[in-house]
This record gives sequence, structure tokens and C-alpha cells, in this order.
Amino acid sequence: MAAITITNVSKTYPGAAAPSISDINLTIQDGEFIVLVGPSGCGKSTLLRMVAGLEEITVGEVKIGDRVVNNVDPADRDIAMVFQNYALYPHMSVRENMAYGLKNRKTPKAEIEARVAEAARMLELGPYLDRKPRALSGGQRQRVAMGRAVVRQPAAFLFDEPLSNLDAKLRVSMRGEIRRLQKRLATTSLYVTHDQLEAMTLADRLVVLNAGRIEQVGAPLEIYHRPATTFVASFIGAPAMNLLDAEVDGSRLRIGSHVIDARRNMAGQGAITLGIRAEDLHPSATGLPFKVDFVEELGAQRLVHGLIDGQALVLILDPHLPLQDELRLSVNSDKLHLFDILSGRRLEHPQTAANGIPVPA
Amino acid sequence: MTNAAQTSPGPIRRWIARATVRPEPAKRVQFDRPLLPWLFLAPQLAVIFVFFYWPSAQAISSSFYIEDPFGFGATFVGFDNYTDALGSAEYRHIASFTAIFTVLVTAFSLGLGLLLAVKADQVIRARSTYRTAMISVYAIAPPVAGLIGMMLFDQHIGPFVKLAAWFGWEMKVGLNYFDTAFAMILVSVWKQVPYNFIFILSGLQGIPQSVREAALIDCKNGARRFFTAILPLLAPTAFFLLIINITYALFDTFAVIDVMVKDKAANNPITLVYKVYVDGFRGNDIGGSSAQSVILMLVVLVLTLVQFRWLERRVHYG
Repeated sequence: MAAITITNVSKTYPGAAAPSISDINLTIQDGEFIVLVGPSGCGKSTLLRMVAGLEEITVGEVKIGDRVVNNVDPADRDIAMVFQNYALYPHMSVRENMAYGLKNRKTPKAEIEARVAEAARMLELGPYLDRKPRALSGGQRQRVAMGRAVVRQPAAFLFDEPLSNLDAKLRVSMRGEIRRLQKRLATTSLYVTHDQLEAMTLADRLVVLNAGRIEQVGAPLEIYHRPATTFVASFIGAPAMNLLDAEVDGSRLRIGSHVIDARRNMAGQGAITLGIRAEDLHPSATGLPFKVDFVEELGAQRLVHGLIDGQALVLILDPHLPLQDELRLSVNSDKLHLFDILSGRRLEHPQTAANGIPVPA
Repeated sequence: MTNAAQTSPGPIRRWIARATVRPEPAKRVQFDRPLLPWLFLAPQLAVIFVFFYWPSAQAISSSFYIEDPFGFGATFVGFDNYTDALGSAEYRHIASFTAIFTVLVTAFSLGLGLLLAVKADQVIRARSTYRTAMISVYAIAPPVAGLIGMMLFDQHIGPFVKLAAWFGWEMKVGLNYFDTAFAMILVSVWKQVPYNFIFILSGLQGIPQSVREAALIDCKNGARRFFTAILPLLAPTAFFLLIINITYALFDTFAVIDVMVKDKAANNPITLVYKVYVDGFRGNDIGGSSAQSVILMLVVLVLTLVQFRWLERRVHYG
């Protein structure tokens, strides 16, 4: 068990003009489950592999526990990694796969046996211990890969998109299994995924990466409710947050020719980007006119796509309500997210109203 | 000679089919008429018959006769040709040299091929140039390789002879038995290394990157990692190469040996296959030569069967 500290870490591949990772600072508490999430090519795997020691660190420092590991062999970093394509040794049985790392570390035989047995029990791999990986299904292979990490009892687990090769149903159950296992072992974990749902459900804290930089760090709900940038707003949450061009004038918001009266002082002034979550829009007698374009039925919900003043918008409606071609929508002014139109950064509402009286949240 | 190299095509072909193509029962074609598959097989069977079964049958039948050197007649002598061959001290001497030669050539060409492939696998800069340079030796025809070898070991201009002289070794290839054997093995190994290199390199590149990385985390010691996690994954390639290399050392080194010992003094090392040629085509002892080639065929048959029986069990196919 140990904390992982990443200080000013950058990575530039030889021959590349721009760094793949630039100036990352991140502290992972002991026992914390951190998920790195971002689109492909954002550098999340590179960052994980730098912690693992599979990728050289160009600038900066990585600490596991109290030890700087920049120049420490991967085998000596006291980490265990779970790979996307399992990376099991095909010529070894499940038992040998799990024991291999321990055997090389001169762990006593009885101890190895005990740990493998414990991991097999925990991951329900008992009946398969003497099988070769090729005789296992994808889910079983991934459990073996996790078993191989668990028996090592490392300071930290590193997961590199471990569920991407599994089918959707298995992914959900394995997700739960990983979460349970991590809670139980309380081992510091760094988990890479491009799936925002996986990120939301697993993480103690989420790290959203974009183009080699950290966009935001925070608890899943905090990030969901207060995205720091338009990138985070559009990446986290499904359906993605609606982003509209709008204009602020004091306490009034103008979307095209329509006006929302927020009845409170708004952040910013002039042209901004307005973000509204699909579930925060409600049909009402008055409000913004909305033209329905098409509908996606999800069973429990209905996603209605349409236009407000020529700008695309999606909202979640109760499937029991009758559908209309035109709706009027209202939104709680607390649920409006404002972003700088150029930088995309979140603009915070001032905590006081125009007349200086605090506004109840 | 090369016919015998293909002894027992059954298991090899079966095995190659197993190693390369996964049978897909769903795509299996069912023939309506029983004759049709035989029609498709006919060209292949004809080739095998003309170039393998028929000459083999000829060799077996003529091994039981003593033929007049001028081809006027043949006398049935039963197993005399076999007992003559196996009973002769010279034959046993050549047989033991052949065994040593085969073991050394196989071991060194596989070992060097493996070493070079592992090293080449780690080269990042100018990798294709490096690999081409390694592989190009394979494009040299065996007699040419023998000639180049002879040049290298030439009494007057050969750089190897000069190099050996530096260490006080007066090398006389073609005269001294040991020196000739040394040169023969060296040239044979040199000729075969690129072949092994190509196969082992492609085998190495077939090992998933993530498995190597997992091993990197699981095992600190590089040599140990190689022998426990990487080499076992090369086993199918290595097994295939072992068979090919033994056959190469036994049969395909003929041209190299021929260039080295032809027109030289008599006491030079030769292998069994070369003796078959010398007795048959120089000595005109067709019967004795046939008996020897049948013995060789049996040896290869047994070797191959042993390999498939005992070794292949330990081979893991991906």
C-alpha cells in the first residue's frame, strides 16, 4: 500500500514535435481508486505506462510511496498491471501464470500456494487452475489477469483498459467485481479507460485528460455536476451535455431571439457557451420553443433530439408523456452551466445577487 | 539424397497444417462424387510418386543386388550390401563423423540464429538494413557458398588461414582431417544461420508486446525472463527449425562438402550422404550405395518420428 505522486511529468516521444503528456501533477492517496479517462490519444495510457515503468519519463518525477521510481525497473516498482488483452503467458497454466511473478521474487513455495489458492477462491478460478489460458473464455482470462495482480500484493494496481475486450454484459459484471475487489483489498489503483460510464462507476476520483493535459480532477458526481471545461462537460455523462451559443446580459440569458430570465446575476458578460444537461430540461407551458427532430427510445427514458433556434439540443423525457412536434422548455437557473466562449473554462456564478443579498442555493 | 530428406511426409504435413491453419469444420467442402477429390489430388500425388516413391522403391530394390559396373547384369545378394556397409570400419567412422557434424551444425546454426534474431529484434535504428544484411546470405547457392568458403580457407589467400596463423594454428584445409572438418562445419553453419534467423525473428515478432511487458513486471532478470517467458513461445518455430536443420546438416550440406573435398587427398571428413554419392557414382557400386541410402532414409524416418513423438508434446502451439 502506498500513495503515488506524479510531479511535473511530461513525455515527448523521440521525433515528435509536441509532447504526448505535458506537465501532469497528480497525487493519489493510499488506497484510492483513481480513473484516468479521456478520448483515444489523450495520453492516459502513456501516463499509466510511465508509472509502470514501461515508458520512459522525459521530464518530472514519479513517486510510489516515498521512493522516486523514475529509474527503477518495472519489476522493482512494487506494482502489478492488468492489460487490455490480458497478456497471459500462453504456455503456462492458470496456476503457473499467477505464481510466475512470485516465483521470480523467491517467495517461499508454501506462501505462493496459499496466495494463489486465496486469489483463486476470491476470483472463482478454482476449477480452472490447471487449464491453459487458451481453454478459457475472455472473462475468465481477465479474472486470471487480475488474479496474477492480486497474488503479488503490490503497493498499487495499474489497469490498462482491462474491460475493453469483453462484451457489454460481461463488462458490467466485471466492473462490479473490480470495484468489490479493490474495496476489499484497499490497494491504491490507477485505472485507464475511454468509457466514461466505467470511469463514473469505478472511481473514487476521476481524472479527465485531453491532449496530454489534465482537464479536471474530482469525484465523479462533482465532475458531473460542475464540469470545469466544455470538454469535460461534453465528455462526461450520456447523453453529452448540450452546449449552446448564448449571450449574457446581467441576469438575462439570450439564446438567439429567446431570453431566459435567470433572476440572479450571471457569470460573464456578452457571448458565452451555455451548457444544459439533458435531464435538466423540462416541458412547460411557457419557455423556450423546441422543435422535435427525432426520438430515441431507451425504455426507461426517451431521448428527444431537436432544435432551439437552430441549435441542436437533446433532452430526456418520460416515455409516458405523449409526443408533440413542438414543445416549450424551462430550466432551473441553478442548472445552467456557463463557459467562456474562447477558453471553454467554466464561469462561476457570483454568489450574491445584483443587490448584494445572498441568493439561496 | 534429397528424396530421403522428405521421408515421412505424412506427419510433417499434418503438423504444418495444424501449425498454420485452424480447421474450420463449417467451411469444409463435401464432394458429391467420390472420384472428384482424387482428381484434385492427382497432380500432387503424381509429383510425389515420380520424385519420391518410385526412386525410393528403386533404391530399396537395387539395394538387394550387386550390379555389374557396366550395367550388364545384377545378382541378387539379399542383405549382403547392408551387412557390408554396416560391417565396414570406414562406414562406421563416417557415420560417427556424420553424427558429430549434424549435432554441431544444428546446434550452432540454431544457437547463432537465435542469438542474432534476439539481438536484431532489439535494434530500432536502421533495422531493415540490418535485417537485410543478415538475411542476404541465404540467397547464396550452396555450391557458391562452398566456393566462398574455400576462398576463405585457401592456403595462400584465405583470411581465415592467416587469422589462424596469428594464433599459431597452421590450417591446412583439404589436407588435415580436423582442419577440413572445422572449415566444413563453419561454412555449413554460416550458410544456415540466415534461414534460422528469418524464422526466429518472425517468431519473436509474433509474441505480443503486452506479454513481454507483463514478463517485464513479473521478472527482473533478463536472461531468466527470456528463458521462461519468451523462449517457450518460440517452441513451435524452434521445433520446426530443429527438423529442418537436422535434414539440412544430413543432406543439404552436400554441395559444401563436395566443393571442399573434391580432388583432394583421400583422408578427408565426409558425411554419409556424400559417401552414398562417392560409392555410387565414383565407385559404380550401385547396390552398396543404394543400401546406404536406404539406411539413411531409415535413420531420418526414425529421427523424425522420435521428434514428433517425444518433442512435440512439449511444444505449445499458440
